[in-house]
Amino acid sequence: MLTLSPRRIAAVAAVTISALVLSACSPGSLGSSDPNAATTLSFLADNSETSMKIAEGLAKDFSAKNPSITIKVETRPQGGEGDNVVKTRLSTGDMTDIFMYNSGSLFQALKPEQNLVALGDQAFAGNLDAAFKTTVTAGGQLYGVPFGGATGGGILYNKAVYQRLSLQVPKTWTEFMANNAKIKAAGIAPVIQTYQDTWTSQLLILADFHNVSAVQPDFADRYTKNQAKYANTPAAARGFQKLQEVFDAGYLTKDFASTKLENGVKHLADGTGAHYPMLTFAVGTIVTNNPDKVGDIGFFAQPGDDAAKLGLTVWEPAGVYIPKTTTGAKLDAAKKFLAFVASKEGCDSTAKAFTPSGPFLVKGCALPSNVPGAIKDMQPYFDSGANSPALEFLSPVKGPALEHICVEVGSGIRKAADAAALYDQDVKKQAQQLGLPGW
Amino acid sequence: MKRLALSATAILVSAVVFLIPFGFIALTAVKDRRQAALLDFSWPRQFRFVENFAEVVKARDYMLIIAFINSTILTVCSVAVMVVFAAMVGFVLQRRVSRWTGLINFLVLSGLIIPPAVVPTIWVLQSLGLFRTMPGLILIEVAFGMSFSILLFRAFVATIPRELDEAATIDGAGPMRLFARVIFPLLRSVAITVIVVQSVVVFNDFTNPLYFLPGDQNATVQLTLYNFQSQYSTQYNLLFMNMLLITVPPLVMFMFFNRRIVAGLTAGSLKG
Amino acid sequence: MSNTRKARRRTAPSPYPYWFYLPAAVVYAVLFLVPTFASFYFSLTRWSLFDYQFIGLDNFVLFFQEPALVKGFFNTILYAVTTSGLKVILGLPLAVLLTSRIVARGYLRSVVFFPVLVSTIGVGITFTVLMNPEQGLFNRSLAAVGIQGPGWLTDPSWALLSVALVDVWKGVGLATLIYIAGIVSIPQEYFEAARVDGAGAFGGFRHIILPLARPATVTVVILSLIGGLRSFDLIWAMTRGGPGFTSDVIASVIYKQYQAGFYGLSTAGNVILFLVVTAIVVPLFRYLNRGEVEQ
Repeated sequence: MLTLSPRRIAAVAAVTISALVLSACSPGSLGSSDPNAATTLSFLADNSETSMKIAEGLAKDFSAKNPSITIKVETRPQGGEGDNVVKTRLSTGDMTDIFMYNSGSLFQALKPEQNLVALGDQAFAGNLDAAFKTTVTAGGQLYGVPFGGATGGGILYNKAVYQRLSLQVPKTWTEFMANNAKIKAAGIAPVIQTYQDTWTSQLLILADFHNVSAVQPDFADRYTKNQAKYANTPAAARGFQKLQEVFDAGYLTKDFASTKLENGVKHLADGTGAHYPMLTFAVGTIVTNNPDKVGDIGFFAQPGDDAAKLGLTVWEPAGVYIPKTTTGAKLDAAKKFLAFVASKEGCDSTAKAFTPSGPFLVKGCALPSNVPGAIKDMQPYFDSGANSPALEFLSPVKGPALEHICVEVGSGIRKAADAAALYDQDVKKQAQQLGLPGW
Repeated sequence: MKRLALSATAILVSAVVFLIPFGFIALTAVKDRRQAALLDFSWPRQFRFVENFAEVVKARDYMLIIAFINSTILTVCSVAVMVVFAAMVGFVLQRRVSRWTGLINFLVLSGLIIPPAVVPTIWVLQSLGLFRTMPGLILIEVAFGMSFSILLFRAFVATIPRELDEAATIDGAGPMRLFARVIFPLLRSVAITVIVVQSVVVFNDFTNPLYFLPGDQNATVQLTLYNFQSQYSTQYNLLFMNMLLITVPPLVMFMFFNRRIVAGLTAGSLKG
Repeated sequence: MSNTRKARRRTAPSPYPYWFYLPAAVVYAVLFLVPTFASFYFSLTRWSLFDYQFIGLDNFVLFFQEPALVKGFFNTILYAVTTSGLKVILGLPLAVLLTSRIVARGYLRSVVFFPVLVSTIGVGITFTVLMNPEQGLFNRSLAAVGIQGPGWLTDPSWALLSVALVDVWKGVGLATLIYIAGIVSIPQEYFEAARVDGAGAFGGFRHIILPLARPATVTVVILSLIGGLRSFDLIWAMTRGGPGFTSDVIASVIYKQYQAGFYGLSTAGNVILFLVVTAIVVPLFRYLNRGEVEQ
């Protein structure tokens, strides 16, 4: 019987106090390092399967080469919640010794000059791809090394469908739409969209960026200075129009509003959908979920209006950074780890851990030969130099509402011109938050 | 006869409304990864209960077990403290109406309305030396759960007649004895309700441990769900198995306390 | 010395001493009130967590210029009224049922309360699957009877209501539990007296339970109303405020700003939400407590 007598209250209080005393000892007593033997570094990575495998692979392979240094991997959530955790921990001085985080506009939001250790003087700085370096540079200083390979944004397509209908890889948007018409006539959904995962709706607009900079090379620069907008730059607004076009023509998969990414990938693998505007990261999903169909999947860059200016929009990988709170022996050890990451051994370790989503950005690293065909399809764009980083890596201005606006356009709720204007309004907040001049 | 018919209807309706979603969770939890990704009601191709169970428990160095220990310590300590403190406040708040009562009511309500501000709270904890400690997190949960508990206690103290207070005071009882011997035992049903509800809230809390006691060895139960979710590939079978595993202990605890509420019915009150 | 002590006892100190407030007040004030009011200051700044810049009321102006704001306010009120209304209306009869002498009462109570225990993510995913327009169980069952089910979460006119219904499914157990506590604390003598007076089951309900369970009712109304006005995690898990912005509520607008790193702006939003909720709830709270039944 649960009688709440004073004696019982005293008993509960006694239990509480003893539990408090006990618990003051338990969590946190794990993972302490022995100062005599090795240096232990903590490495914060997001808890997606990919990042975990890569981070742990790097930690293990590095410690094998440097037995006196151990790396312990800690996790944080991905996405928006993860952004907040990283920013909160940095601002309260509570960050791990090393951490990985996005490059580009999100990296700029960390106020690198205030919070991170500059790495421009390190030997490995010369090994990095020039385009990547710009995404982890602030105030002229380098702050990070690449974590994983680059990712391409374009159209994943089902090669079996193409073969069956005798289609060619399109080099212009008109050719692409013509292909779509033939695919629809054959009873297959031409374009897969997955709005249950709202972020996937942005691809058609964002992957179009190479076509925008091909026509207007200084767009990113003028965009940052508020001199060019989506609404009044025809090349940029084209992205929104393309999304509206595929909706208006009825080319979307029937369940576009309620499917998630993994089901979209399944449509592609099974051949019930022919094209999927997506990042090449999703190839890894196909390898996991539908390994027998991976050979059927190919990739091409999103076409623009001019076949001669065709090229790939590239998403730079995340970076590995060192916060200013890491000092002394740990700082030296951390720099050694970063040197490892930015070397051929680092690339090999990464490739071993998980299917790469694209070429590595460290000189001397090559893709292993057993990568899926869709990834190999990206190589020509890199070899010929026909690629540009996505806008978020050239400009810190990216509005938070883009994915929702794209869902509206893709669902037919809002027209493209209206959406472009709405997005311009949305980025104003971000620009002001960053304190950019001219806004 | 009518009673039986009513019971039967209730059981049937409850099965449809409440058990079907539970059935989905249980079904997905025993599938293999590829079939689980289909997210439908298909019957599992293979029954992987033991394998999924083992994989979930082993994930990230047995994080689930550490999480259970942490969540349990956190829940027991914070709920025990919360119940005692809130009952004291609820009691005096209802009995002694003064010019402060309006302000205190407002402050209590605001605890339910305003979400806590993470970074300033971290600053306060750091200045007290309680940041990244379990006692600090316990006090945080107490502070955030205070409003709900005070509200409930205050409302139910109103059902205890003042005559009992007066009788006890005349007999020479001081406030502590009045509270502990007379009032608190009569608040049994609401105390149990507060214990049950707040235990669930604290046990399932995700954001507070994430920010105030970070670190993998400090993980709590909801955090383990994120091990299986990813932007590109969610392992739905393991995710749902994890969900089952973290739902079952609170359910068992609820069923245990449930009988106590029934006991309250038959025991009646000490009046009359 | 003993004289003053006797004198103090003769003036009869209150059996309800103020120091009862002290332990709770210390914890609550230091760990909740202080940081919260500190954060209100940041609503007047542009805050990146690393530095801040005072900009006065600009955040508030910006918040009111949010394109989806009017719809957001409307959605918030609709969501709050629907969820709290349904929880109150369904919770009390359920509690009466679960405190009467029916078979398998323990099982039924556990089943009704079980959704409260499941994580919001789990509930979100499960019902998103059930509500899938083509393959979900709901529409397939409706189709079997010949009705074309709507796009529960994909049709803008249905999205918010669908999430509200799931919210009620998840939360009605909590309301029922509070009502049960209220009913259980009514002494048996009242019921027996009513039975002696010849009141049937419904009379017992109307004249005994309804008035005497009033503290429980007030609590359920206040708690679920505040919860409904403030909550968004289920909306976030199921629709992310979509499709587009059609199921956005104020709290999800604020959360999106927080996710985007606009910390000053989202704090300003929280201040506004706090004022709105207070304006609705405090008068209601006073009104409901005026007719408090003290025995």
